[in-house]
Amino acid sequence: MPEGADLGERLRAGDLGAAPAVLNLLENRSTAARAEARHLLAAVSPSALGGEPRGHVVGVTGPPGVGKSSLLSRLVAEWRSQGRSVAVLAVDPSSRRSGGSLLGDRARIDVDPADRSVYIRSTAVGDRLGGLAPATRAAASALAAAFDVVVIETVGVGQSETEVADVADTVAVVVQPGSGDVLQFLKSGIMEIPDVLVVTKADLGRPAMRALADLRSALRSLGARETALIAVSSVSPPTGIDALAEALDAHRASLDLPARRLRARRLAALADFAAEHGDRGLRALGGRRAAVRWLEQQDPGLDAAALERALAARAAATS
Amino acid sequence: MQHMAETPPPRLPERDRPWLMRTYAGHSDARRSNELYRGNLAKGQTGLSVAFDLPTQTGYDPDQELARGEVGKVGVSIADLGDMRTLFEGIPLDQMNTSMTINATAAWLLALYIVAAEEQGVGQEALQGTTQNDILKEYLSRGTYAFPPGPSMRLVADTIAHTVEHVPKWNPINICSYHLQEAGATPVQEIAYAMSNAIAVLDAVSRRVEQDRMGAVFGRISFFVNAGVRFIEEHAKLRAMAVLWDEIGLERYGVEDERHRRFRYGVQVNSLGLTEAQPENNAYRIALEALAVTLGRSVRARAIQLPAWNEALGLPRPWDQQWSLRLQQVLAYETDLLDYPDIFEGSKVMDGLVDELLEGAREEMKHVHELGGAVEAVDYMKAALVEAHRERITRIEAGEHIVVGVNRYTETEPSPLTADADGGILVVDPAVEAERRAAVEEWRSARDQAAVDAALAELARVARDDSENIMPATIAAARAGATTGEWSQTLRAEFGSYRAPTGVGEAASVPTEDLAELRDEVERVSDALGRRLKILVGKPGLDGHSNGAEQIAVRARDVGMDVVYQGIRLTPTEIATSAAQEGVHVVGLSILSGSHAELIPSVLEALAEAGVAGVPVIVGGIIPEADAARLREAGVAAVYTPKDFDLGRIMHEIVELVAERESAEAGARA
Repeated sequence: MPEGADLGERLRAGDLGAAPAVLNLLENRSTAARAEARHLLAAVSPSALGGEPRGHVVGVTGPPGVGKSSLLSRLVAEWRSQGRSVAVLAVDPSSRRSGGSLLGDRARIDVDPADRSVYIRSTAVGDRLGGLAPATRAAASALAAAFDVVVIETVGVGQSETEVADVADTVAVVVQPGSGDVLQFLKSGIMEIPDVLVVTKADLGRPAMRALADLRSALRSLGARETALIAVSSVSPPTGIDALAEALDAHRASLDLPARRLRARRLAALADFAAEHGDRGLRALGGRRAAVRWLEQQDPGLDAAALERALAARAAATS
Repeated sequence: MQHMAETPPPRLPERDRPWLMRTYAGHSDARRSNELYRGNLAKGQTGLSVAFDLPTQTGYDPDQELARGEVGKVGVSIADLGDMRTLFEGIPLDQMNTSMTINATAAWLLALYIVAAEEQGVGQEALQGTTQNDILKEYLSRGTYAFPPGPSMRLVADTIAHTVEHVPKWNPINICSYHLQEAGATPVQEIAYAMSNAIAVLDAVSRRVEQDRMGAVFGRISFFVNAGVRFIEEHAKLRAMAVLWDEIGLERYGVEDERHRRFRYGVQVNSLGLTEAQPENNAYRIALEALAVTLGRSVRARAIQLPAWNEALGLPRPWDQQWSLRLQQVLAYETDLLDYPDIFEGSKVMDGLVDELLEGAREEMKHVHELGGAVEAVDYMKAALVEAHRERITRIEAGEHIVVGVNRYTETEPSPLTADADGGILVVDPAVEAERRAAVEEWRSARDQAAVDAALAELARVARDDSENIMPATIAAARAGATTGEWSQTLRAEFGSYRAPTGVGEAASVPTEDLAELRDEVERVSDALGRRLKILVGKPGLDGHSNGAEQIAVRARDVGMDVVYQGIRLTPTEIATSAAQEGVHVVGLSILSGSHAELIPSVLEALAEAGVAGVPVIVGGIIPEADAARLREAGVAAVYTPKDFDLGRIMHEIVELVAERESAEAGARA
């Protein structure tokens, strides 16, 4: 087993080739591996780096079949043409029926296999309900120390973008023309307002324009002026990809990054705690909202693992 | 005594003419295939059926990276006009009826054929034959697509529009239900998806021709069907298709002329059911399947090609093909089959079967229609096929579906048919690929490059302009000396490339109790590994027959593994990159095209370069034992062939393999 501290050192030095071993370690649930993972995460924490990891963590989510993979293929190509390195963490929501899973997304993201600056990893959601794979949060923050962009791709709408929002700097929700449910979810507040809203299949012409208009008026009525609305087409010749990349960058530039990352670490700690200790653990903390309030008063320098340990200690003391 | 109101005459006034007899043939290069064709014609074959190699089918020249290992393997390599010329040397094209199994690049191969005929002094109006040209089933089953669905449908529509006006005796498309059955379709699915596919094609053409030409267009659409060994039901399937086709013509497209609405089809009988175990039994299966498409006169096949007895072993030799042809000749000339009117006319059993199939097919067609038609419903249909095939395999494993020699009556004497030095199959000379690379380079250096550049620039312009027909520019490029790879690359640049849905994600699971023991094994090994056992499944090379890989992927999931299913048409680098990035514990590769000897060692090398040399590799496919031994020597952990039908056993061995490696590593750590 590789030393967690060594892997952290390699990431800090910008060694993209460390990524597979980093993921293998972070996904490993054995006691020894978890100890090494703590060393790894400590080595790439803001206090060790003297600031937030520089990579842009982008969440890309949307219902199945809207063209996320084609969009990602084009977006990765756009970032690569700007010389940026990209890691994609593709989280598969569906098939945890037998314990096993089928991760088909990789086949659909089209990249140059010889390009060492692109890393793609597929993960199953795991035993956790509805959310991110257990290692995904940790992996996103670790890889952000070495990669320019880290994409977390999830499938679904109404729930998954909330999960992604807890870990990503910028969340893009992808919809296709004619998906009225997204409009409803948005209006009724089931879905949180994304940072960027992408309408695919712009080549369809009229239906795409109509979808744009509907979403624009919905955003306006919700007072969501900051949300960028972009129409893209992934079929040749692709359109709107550069505008999307710009919108993602613009959001990142406007962001109070340390605050958002701090919130992400606190929520990650709570999610990990809840996965480990369940509802009973949460009750011991006085409920989820009380736990979040308590976390907000903790030292901003603590990493997620330290925060989780603090939560566990507090729960043990009060129960 | 039963009273018959009116007894039809029991015999035809004149014996029927037999169908066109072909064998699906071609390998290596144009010269060797031309010899083969002339030999087959001399033996009484009445038409030709050209098998192209995978690079030609997917639009690559013999010297491109993805063509490696595949040149001349499953068919003949045709890169340019010179090859097409040689392929038909000494075969007068005004008298020949040629069927070409070509889809993504059909417009191109048709153009080469037209120009080769022109050089023989034969105008395109005199040509007879068929281009398969059915792209939707490539997405669903066969995998040799090149472009995305939209532009592909345009190419199909353009070839139809061109031939209806200029090559009036040509069948520009064979709507293929054949490959749907090979992918596991039930008779109802085969009927419904083929008809839905035909509707999508006709709708696309109707936007590109004058409306008064739709009757003629409808009349040129023919089908390419399959027939399995349940030959009574298979015959009923054909009758049901004829009923639906007539209905669609009349009701959807207003085709008045009854002759234009006739259901015309060619056939290659079932390969899926042919077995590697006791392969001689396949001769019987093929004979019975031939009955399904010939028994009833009203839906008798127009053209038949039969597989050879040894298809599950490898490529057939000329003698194997002769044996297949002789079966057709015995059926047509020795039996009394062609003496009678339709022998099922008035049969209540047959009519009942037909009604049952029609009911199911109409319902399924309605569902596809509601999804927006066949193009939009590709994902749905693909998932349904993977699921149907999974069910079939599960029934074979459980012994509910009896396959003689495979899961019942497996005792056998050694077969003298496979005892020869060649193992009973044709092996393509490995020197062919190098010859072909040199030949295409020579072709390029000898031609007028400026003319080729101009022709390709014009092709690109037409590709961008959806209102123009692609055929004239394609014919001009063929005449100027462009190559298969250049034509395809020009269109790829305009249309974009594409990956079809895999359909595996939606397949249902096997009932839990059957797999409990295996799941426990997977859990145990996953615990030892610290994370869930993860496997990469994919297909190197150009072969698109993904059934086997898909079934392995689905079962691996069902026993609890994390499965990265990477799909088809992968380079060794792609496979190695994925294996390393995904952190898999084992790699499963599938190859059916015979290119394993070249491709598998390349994958092993690439894995070593990617730093994951220790990850065990297993291989499945049509792999002769001698090759399997060589692969194991090269470092492959296990080789599986069609006789290994028991997926449970394969899964067990995979888990063992990973467990052994883990405990060896744990030992090294300790």
